[in-house]
Amino acid sequence: MTDRFSIFTLLGEALSGHRGWKPQWRDPAPKPHYDVVIVGGGGHGLATAYYLASQHGIGNIAVVEKGWIGSGNVGRNTTIVRSNYLLPGNIPFYEWSLKLWEGLEQDINYNAMVSQRGVLNLYHSDGQRDAYARRGNAMRLHGVDAELLDRDAVRAKLPFLDFDNARFPIMGGLLQPRGGTVRHDAVAWGYARAADRRGVDILQNCEVTGIRIEGGRATGVETSRGFIGAGKIGLACAGNSGRVAAMAGLRLPIESHVLTAFVSEGLKPLIDCVVTFGAGHFYISQSDKGGLVFGGSIDGYNSYAQRGNLPIIEDVCEEGMALMPALGRLRMLRHWGGVMDMSMDGSPIIDRTDIGGLYLNAGWCIGGFKATPASGWCFAHLIARDEPHRVAAAYRLDRFATGRLLDEAGAGADVALH
Amino acid sequence: MRLTCPHCGNRGIEEFAYGGDADRRRPDGEPFGQAWMDYVYLRRNPAGAHREWWYHASGCRAWLVVTRDTTTHVVASVQEVAR
Ligand SMILES: Cc1cc2nc3c(=O)[nH]c(=O)nc-3n(C[C@H](O)[C@H](O)[C@H](O)COP(=O)(O)OP(=O)(O)OC[C@H]3O[C@@H](n4cnc5c(N)ncnc54)[C@H](O)[C@@H]3O)c2cc1C
Ligand SMILES: [Zn+2]
Repeated sequence: MTDRFSIFTLLGEALSGHRGWKPQWRDPAPKPHYDVVIVGGGGHGLATAYYLASQHGIGNIAVVEKGWIGSGNVGRNTTIVRSNYLLPGNIPFYEWSLKLWEGLEQDINYNAMVSQRGVLNLYHSDGQRDAYARRGNAMRLHGVDAELLDRDAVRAKLPFLDFDNARFPIMGGLLQPRGGTVRHDAVAWGYARAADRRGVDILQNCEVTGIRIEGGRATGVETSRGFIGAGKIGLACAGNSGRVAAMAGLRLPIESHVLTAFVSEGLKPLIDCVVTFGAGHFYISQSDKGGLVFGGSIDGYNSYAQRGNLPIIEDVCEEGMALMPALGRLRMLRHWGGVMDMSMDGSPIIDRTDIGGLYLNAGWCIGGFKATPASGWCFAHLIARDEPHRVAAAYRLDRFATGRLLDEAGAGADVALH
Repeated sequence: MRLTCPHCGNRGIEEFAYGGDADRRRPDGEPFGQAWMDYVYLRRNPAGAHREWWYHASGCRAWLVVTRDTTTHVVASVQEVAR
């Protein structure tokens, strides 16, 4: 059996008719008890299990997933990774995530197609330029790469944008060269495979329906495949965080909203970085298959529907046309939605709860894919050592009561504005 | 998704602005504490029936209370807020 991926195993398999590939993870029956049960087999849950095993030497772990791994947002996002944040509580965390992305493929021996093609945020006014300069400076002070480009530099990179748009002329952009894209479902598969190799049980089609609490301590989960006892439980349920936390009687500073992504028909290489439109909310990149991948804002009202509505589709297409008129010649191939855990300040939560042995990882809003490695790393640290990791120390659940919010957008408790 | 406004009839959702959970209760005169924390930040966020505010911004400008299923977008009722 071919166990390790390398150029040699690939060539060997090519020559022997690809008959040696085996399933990349087991399909075990649930054990009655695990030291740690992670609820949610998305990117964050799988990464947490992997780092619990690889960094903290915990052997007896299960990831419990109601559908199949990768069926949630980890397989629905637009694959952008970056660390271009402003606030001190956020920059070190997202930069640590980007560093983990940079070494991920070697670490887990899996091709996740990490592509540091650059993320460019366009600005369209003097005020926006100043705000971007400030953000770029904050990044540089934290040792993160950032370059402020003027209009000519942007034009040299992307000559086909609408620079002289009457309402939103492009004046320049803030570039993070180390940002880029990562193949999203390969991240789920790669972490699953790496975790499985370290003995983690990945239990698919196993929905958590209740959390058992005895004497103020969480002792296990009721699932569609029976009760599973647990020494510690970590919730990483993204858009369903509110529902699952409610099983333990918790109410969260979170609303679930739908976000839509789009892909066009394939075309020859055109856009070699990620570009965001600064006068609204629109971003675009090109997948390795050639399709243009783009998206915009959340629909803006509570939803668990995993599908969006037509006004956002119209809105996103209008913004795309304002940025890049040539888009009008393309056909849209498909669009799909995912349910986002929108927190009240736009930043995530990685923290203990009031219930012993119950840990929470939630509130990733529309940008949690880039956080996957660091989220797993820091959540594993918290669960294993019962203390927050340094770079995630600001992601406390009680910050809403204490006023220590992490509101990058300065928008207040209105999730549609984050 | 469309909403049937009591004044304007059946209209596209893009004419309305969302106002969130209509069952939150603003504390009356209390100092900042758990009640305010609940009101400002915590959400029931149900999967299923949700009573929520919608403002008919591009229409009659009435505030409406809509009961909608957050898993299917099926609207059970639309009521104008009593003055
Ligand atoms: C359209 C779209 C575009 C996006 N674009 C980007 C982007 O470009 N960059 C970026 O950084 N982020 C992006 N995001 C956000 C990012 O995808 C999410 O923040 C991130 O994937 C959430 O973490 P996760 O991978 O663990 O979530 P998920 O993959 O959703 O994992 C949660 C899992 O929990 C499971 N679950 C839920 N309830 C239960 C239960 N009761 N029992 C068992 N299991 C349960 C779900 O089935 C799911 O598999 C985007 C999201 C969407 C929808
Ligand atoms: Zn009306």
